[in-house]
Amino acid sequence: MSVPLHGIIAEYESAEELLHAAKRARQAGYTRMDAYSPFPIHGLSEAIGFEEHKVPWVVFISGVIGAIAGFSLQYYVSVIDYPLNVGGRPFLSWPSFIPVTFETTVLFAAFGAFIGMLALNGLPQPYHPVFNAPRFERASQDRFFLCIEAGDPLFDRVKTKQFLENTGARLVSEVEE
Amino acid sequence: MQQQIVRTEPAERLIEGGHSYESITHKIGSVVLSYKHPKAWYVVTAIAAAGVFMLITSIAWLLLRGVGIWGINQPVGWGFAIINFVWWIGIGHAGTLISAILLLLRQQWRTSINRFAEAMTIFAVMCAGMFPLLHVGRPWVAYWLLPIPNWTGAWPQFRSPLIWDVFAVTTYFTVSLLFWFTGLIPDFATLRDRAKKRISQVIFGVLAMGWRNSAKHWHRYDAAYLLLAGLSTPLVVSVHSIVSLDFAVSLIPGWHTTIFPPYFVAGAIYSGFAMVLTLVIPIRAWYKMQDFLTMKHLDWMAKIMLATGLIVFYGYIMEMFTAFYSANQYEQYLVANRFFGPYAPYFWALLICNGLIPQVLWSPKVRQNVALLFIIALIVNIGMWLERFVIVVTSLHRDFLPTSWGMYYPTVWDWGLYLGTIGFFTFMMFLFVRFVPMISIFEMRDLLHQTDRHHPAAATTAAATPVAHTEVTP
Repeated sequence: MSVPLHGIIAEYESAEELLHAAKRARQAGYTRMDAYSPFPIHGLSEAIGFEEHKVPWVVFISGVIGAIAGFSLQYYVSVIDYPLNVGGRPFLSWPSFIPVTFETTVLFAAFGAFIGMLALNGLPQPYHPVFNAPRFERASQDRFFLCIEAGDPLFDRVKTKQFLENTGARLVSEVEE
Repeated sequence: MQQQIVRTEPAERLIEGGHSYESITHKIGSVVLSYKHPKAWYVVTAIAAAGVFMLITSIAWLLLRGVGIWGINQPVGWGFAIINFVWWIGIGHAGTLISAILLLLRQQWRTSINRFAEAMTIFAVMCAGMFPLLHVGRPWVAYWLLPIPNWTGAWPQFRSPLIWDVFAVTTYFTVSLLFWFTGLIPDFATLRDRAKKRISQVIFGVLAMGWRNSAKHWHRYDAAYLLLAGLSTPLVVSVHSIVSLDFAVSLIPGWHTTIFPPYFVAGAIYSGFAMVLTLVIPIRAWYKMQDFLTMKHLDWMAKIMLATGLIVFYGYIMEMFTAFYSANQYEQYLVANRFFGPYAPYFWALLICNGLIPQVLWSPKVRQNVALLFIIALIVNIGMWLERFVIVVTSLHRDFLPTSWGMYYPTVWDWGLYLGTIGFFTFMMFLFVRFVPMISIFEMRDLLHQTDRHHPAAATTAAATPVAHTEVTP
């Protein structure tokens, strides 16, 4: 009885080889895969068929919430709860409220970017099976990996392995769940 | 929607010395993971730690005795606390400029210095924040500055620039920290994977939060990083503009001018680049980082310093012109008082440090001379401190009525607190160099990849089958 597989992973020596392999895997019909590289590679997420534009929306919505929160706070304080006559200005002297509104907008949007990015990436995540892959520690240093996951409809232990071996990989190995 | 950070072709090599991904990772990462450090690190850290003790002593005595131990009085109520606040926050601004604005402008040379400069921002803002907190006199009720419902039933007064400042500085600190930490996550993952000792593996493992360099991670990461840069850029301008409004919204001669926001922002960048040079020059030599922090980097930083210095100098001239052109006797007296009054030596020293001496940076020979560059950066740091001294003290000490004139003399506790923050800042910077990768490793690998692709002769990786065309045009 063999251990369930997370997928089959191939190791490459350059970003170009990885990009090329990812494109070939897509052409071969694989849909569930992930690539690992020590720096962001332009076009790699498109090559593995991953498209998502959630982060900018999270940031935008957080910013809008920040703006509303900042302005409402000042409105509540200066008009409703603690109206003060400062130099004869109206209680709702909105131009004076812009700087703080701006700062809360940026603050909330920045938290949106940080937390949104982490949450969408599923981080913090103490365990992920891909770390079982041999030499995977080099994905954060100088090697490039492509992993075709076991959940892929075309996944076949032998054929997928052969396919990856033919993409110019230096090492192809199985990753246990 | 195009999310990726589109990188342009580098005009020239920004990494010297024939490095590979592995050698870059080793060179930067080993500073953190090894225990061998240059003797200078121990010497500077020890001196800086003494400065931290001085800071603690100065704060403790202040809390016991109150702000009366300082030289502040009527009419000079602001004194060192505000001078140093503005000085430190200005220093912090170069970090954001390098990390955010230069990223948006696609200046790839920023890669070698952005991590360092961002750390500088964080520690400088910490130093800056101490001063107004202590200057309020009763720091234990400083939370009154925040909009927290409390037993007095009072709220902050949102029409005051001082309360804008509270929001601006706390937001700036928080956003800088988030930006810095976001940049560090992939590098923590690298250190996690390289660490040999269990304790390092655990600490960097926790900090990396399970980052696995996946293309999906990078995709969202690039979007978040670019957006953080886009948010930081207006933020940094707003912070120093708001700091300048602390002055400009008042009616004091010499403060009540519309040129203050842009002039303060330029001054902030000027002093910040001076501080980056002051720190980078010795650390680059001690840790032998000349391959990454090349003479080109120093040259460009010197040029930016020269350019912003000229803007600042234009600000000085405009202040004088405005005073003359306003035909306002108080404004005109202020200028005369700066040139010939009791604080004239400070003003002349300011003109020499900020206006005259940096002009030698026009010469390429000076910009290539590391020792000279270091000295000029130190002089600019001093000059920018003098500028804030002149703005705060000469304006306050003689305003409208001669009956309310006075003099301001800093006491030993003013100096103790100020030098103490310099010690604290240096201490934190050296701890940062010791425990955190001082240059962004993954961005350097990316830069090497970009450079190698466009200079195939210098390629160091054994790329067997280069794909004909990999770039996806936006």
